[in-house]
Amino acid sequence: MSNLLDQVKSMLTPKVNHPEFKAGDTITVHYKIKEGDKERIQQFSGVVIQRKNERATATFTVRKISNGVGVERIFPLASPFIDKIEVTKKGDVRRAKLYYLRNLTGKSARIKEKIANKTEE
Amino acid sequence: MSGIIGRKLGMTSIFDSNGKYVACTVIEAGPCVVTQVKTKEKDGYDALQLAFDDKKEKNTPAAMMGHFKKANTTPKRKLVEFKFDEQKNLGDIIKVDIFQEGEYVDVSGISKGKGFQGVVKRHGFSGVGHGNKSHGQHDRERAPGSLGGSSDPSRVLKGMRMGGRMGGEKKKIQNLEVLKILPEKNVILVKGSVPGAKGSYVIIEK
Repeated sequence: MSNLLDQVKSMLTPKVNHPEFKAGDTITVHYKIKEGDKERIQQFSGVVIQRKNERATATFTVRKISNGVGVERIFPLASPFIDKIEVTKKGDVRRAKLYYLRNLTGKSARIKEKIANKTEE
Repeated sequence: MSGIIGRKLGMTSIFDSNGKYVACTVIEAGPCVVTQVKTKEKDGYDALQLAFDDKKEKNTPAAMMGHFKKANTTPKRKLVEFKFDEQKNLGDIIKVDIFQEGEYVDVSGISKGKGFQGVVKRHGFSGVGHGNKSHGQHDRERAPGSLGGSSDPSRVLKGMRMGGRMGGEKKKIQNLEVLKILPEKNVILVKGSVPGAKGSYVIIEK
């Protein structure tokens, strides 16, 4: 029964091909906005603070500091409005959900960059 | 008018034609078999009895077996009567394709049982003495307050809303939009929520 539910969910979810990214990575989301009849692409760049992997309804949250105010945006991963996702920086973090960033500002809110060959040693 | 019996599978969200992300309920609806055709001459009113969900022959009483045999079908778990505009015959199969995307339907089911609940949850009372806790009230946030007068009428009026068993009763949600129909899977998606637990029977009518 729940099997059928999963089938239906995956059937109705558009297949997307985004690059791999995790919590802690800095990404830029290019997303489409409709203004009347016109469609325009806007960017939202910031740190991914969580990914919710609920299969068909998976979402991710991007946090950035805009004019000194923290702004978070939740995107459904399968959203047809996401044009593309660019990963600008891989972060080195120890948690899957970076809620602690909400309480930090300035220098302490930085995330170490992951050095690619570190794991290969 | 027409309808179908279904089973609630669960909820999900999909992007509709306008690109809006909407929550919807996934219902496995039908295929249902017409097991009895009631007519005005014979029964006093017109209706169709539909049956849904196979069950084992060994779990079916002989009298019910005879009833299913008349419609030439396997024994079913759930039997519901519907009013139908169009004529159907005994043994006909009714599928989700009686509905169309964009149509509005009514869905009824047995709501989830909540057990014994107080007046705040059960009847939407606001309790006594919130916030400032003025007028000397404390520890009464979920209390019902006064139940009535004093020596006149010297009793609590009948029908006074109090705590008690909540849920587990038949509820109908009207005018739910049909977002999607998957005829090959016998699945229908309606906008919003629907009464009942996952796996419980629901009745979809239009």
